[in-house]
Amino acid sequence: MKARTTNTRSNPAPKRPAQLWQLRLYVMDETLKSQIALTNLKTFCEHHLKGRYRITVIDLKKHPRLAKGDQILAIPTVVRRLPSPVRTIIGTLTDTARVLVGLDLRAAH
Amino acid sequence: MKKSAPKSASPGLLLPKCPTGIQGLDEITGGGLPRGRPTLVCGGAGCGKTLLAAEFLVRGATQFGEPGVFMAFEETEAELEANVASLGFNLKGLVGRRKILIDYVHIEPGEIHESGEYDLEGLFVRLNHAIDSIGAKRVVLDTLEALFAGLRNESILRAELRRLFRWLKDKGVTAVITAERGRESLTRHGLEEYVSDCVILLDHRVNDQIATRHLRVVKYRGALHGTNEFPFLIGDDGLSVLPITSLGLNHKVSSERIATGIPRLDAMLGGRGFFRGSSILLTGTAGTGKTIIASNFAQAAAKRGERTLFFSFEESPNQIIRNMHSIGLRLEPLMKRGLLRFHSARPSLYGLEMHLATMFKEIAAFQPHVVIVDPITSLMDLGTHSEGKGMVTRLIDYLKAGQVTTLFTSLTQGGHALQQSEAGMSSLMDSWILLQDFEGNGERNRVLYVLKARGMAHSNQIREFLISDHGIDVVDAYIGPSGVLTGSARAAQSSLEKAAELATQQEAARLKREVERKRAAIERQISGLRSDYESESAELRRIAEQVGTSTQMLTTEQAESGRLRQADAKVATRPRGRSGLRRKS
Repeated sequence: MKARTTNTRSNPAPKRPAQLWQLRLYVMDETLKSQIALTNLKTFCEHHLKGRYRITVIDLKKHPRLAKGDQILAIPTVVRRLPSPVRTIIGTLTDTARVLVGLDLRAAH
Repeated sequence: MKKSAPKSASPGLLLPKCPTGIQGLDEITGGGLPRGRPTLVCGGAGCGKTLLAAEFLVRGATQFGEPGVFMAFEETEAELEANVASLGFNLKGLVGRRKILIDYVHIEPGEIHESGEYDLEGLFVRLNHAIDSIGAKRVVLDTLEALFAGLRNESILRAELRRLFRWLKDKGVTAVITAERGRESLTRHGLEEYVSDCVILLDHRVNDQIATRHLRVVKYRGALHGTNEFPFLIGDDGLSVLPITSLGLNHKVSSERIATGIPRLDAMLGGRGFFRGSSILLTGTAGTGKTIIASNFAQAAAKRGERTLFFSFEESPNQIIRNMHSIGLRLEPLMKRGLLRFHSARPSLYGLEMHLATMFKEIAAFQPHVVIVDPITSLMDLGTHSEGKGMVTRLIDYLKAGQVTTLFTSLTQGGHALQQSEAGMSSLMDSWILLQDFEGNGERNRVLYVLKARGMAHSNQIREFLISDHGIDVVDAYIGPSGVLTGSARAAQSSLEKAAELATQQEAARLKREVERKRAAIERQISGLRSDYESESAELRRIAEQVGTSTQMLTTEQAESGRLRQADAKVATRPRGRSGLRRKS
């Protein structure tokens, strides 16, 4: 990915062969909303997916053509590329319950 | 862009316009959509919003050199390409040449989860990127309402839409935004509240099981526009709006005359037939020979080497050809020589607008000199009266502009209201020939007369015509005590007249003989008299001679006797002696 990648793989050897979660966060410039979304997403992943997630932050200001691929309309948007199926959640991710539903995080437990 | 100059006066006050290139729409809007502003196109499902938007882009790219972005929320790129291919647009080619960019925005209702605040910057980025990558001047958003299905937070959505329209204006692109028609408002989600410059409403109505599309410019800020509802067509080459009310009457007019194919009908029309480029109505009840006269007209055109396009809405071409055989008219050779083309379709096959579009296309392809529509009434029945009239007006105007002579046949119901029922259409026609059945004496006979022929002296006579195996024959007019005589009554009248004529001739001959005889008698009398006179005058001469002779003899005798009595008084007594003789006797 050409975009900036934040690798937060803190535990390289999990006990079970759990799937790696690939998440993409689409932002527009370094806006407040984007910052909040990234912070919220990181907190979430640390809490629920520790050691088996990767977040790719894509700044559409720098890479506008990437918006088409994941059908991005809203900013910020988180796209769960893996595990499939692809799931999309938009917003600053302040509503935790909705993020759980949106990313289907309960399944990861 | 240079072509966008508004046609109307006072250009300083008018908005710059962006021509759509859609037939008729630019006429209604006085030059096109407001340039650099968004236009809302709303209407129910299947009324042609997407096609209008697509044509706006395609024409922009092909005719006006303005690339365009199509942001599709409902159809994928491939679907869109396939759909507009039916209008003859090669979207794929335009996309390949980077004249048009299609961006399919997929929104699956319920698939997007929301948590917290967001904006639609992603959409803006995509649109901006698309516009900038091909230098687009035109944008289509079809249809933004899909957003309402995908995103739940309506307050954010509305704020973002407001921002989007503002942004489009700032970007300076001419945008067409489509929206679904709402129950009580123009659009289901009230998009008209954001687009204030131009609103076009499309409508698809069904009358008598036939659907007709209509277009109306609801609003056009800062510009004059036709406010009427105009029928429009989706044909093989795109949309065409029919702005009947804006059509001008400024065709070129020809004074050339063309024959009807029936010499005696030509004679009734001032001796030379119809004007070229005129519209002719041939009205008649069933079975009066409308198609036959129309076919004759086609044949006459072919004799002049002109092409005829025959629209038949009741009979198939083969049927017409066969039927014309029976009157000795052979149409196949004309077809083979490319001088005659048939186009047959059932009137109920599709709506009025579609028929009109098909006819326009056929006419444009064949470039005929003569067009026959047989019968126009089948088409008129499809729409309301005004729609039908509008269509005929449009057709006539189109044909007159091309100097095409048009013959419409019109089937009327029997009875006296015959002329009334056609009154609406007849005002559009230059010539009107009426075919009628005359019933009487146990038979049915066909007559024709010229009801109207603008700009030419024409016969006022009702003439009978016969259809025989060698064509149409307009026969001599016979006027009886109760009007024109037809059929056997005409034949009877004809033989009566012949008998009368014969009698007159015989009478004349008799009179002549009589006079001759009299003359001969008088001659004879004259010669008798003359011989009488001659014999009498001969007698007279004889008498005169006799008298002379006897006088001489008397004188001689007297002189002799005087000499005998007194020889001495010979000289003096000669005259006395004569009187003395008389006394004595």
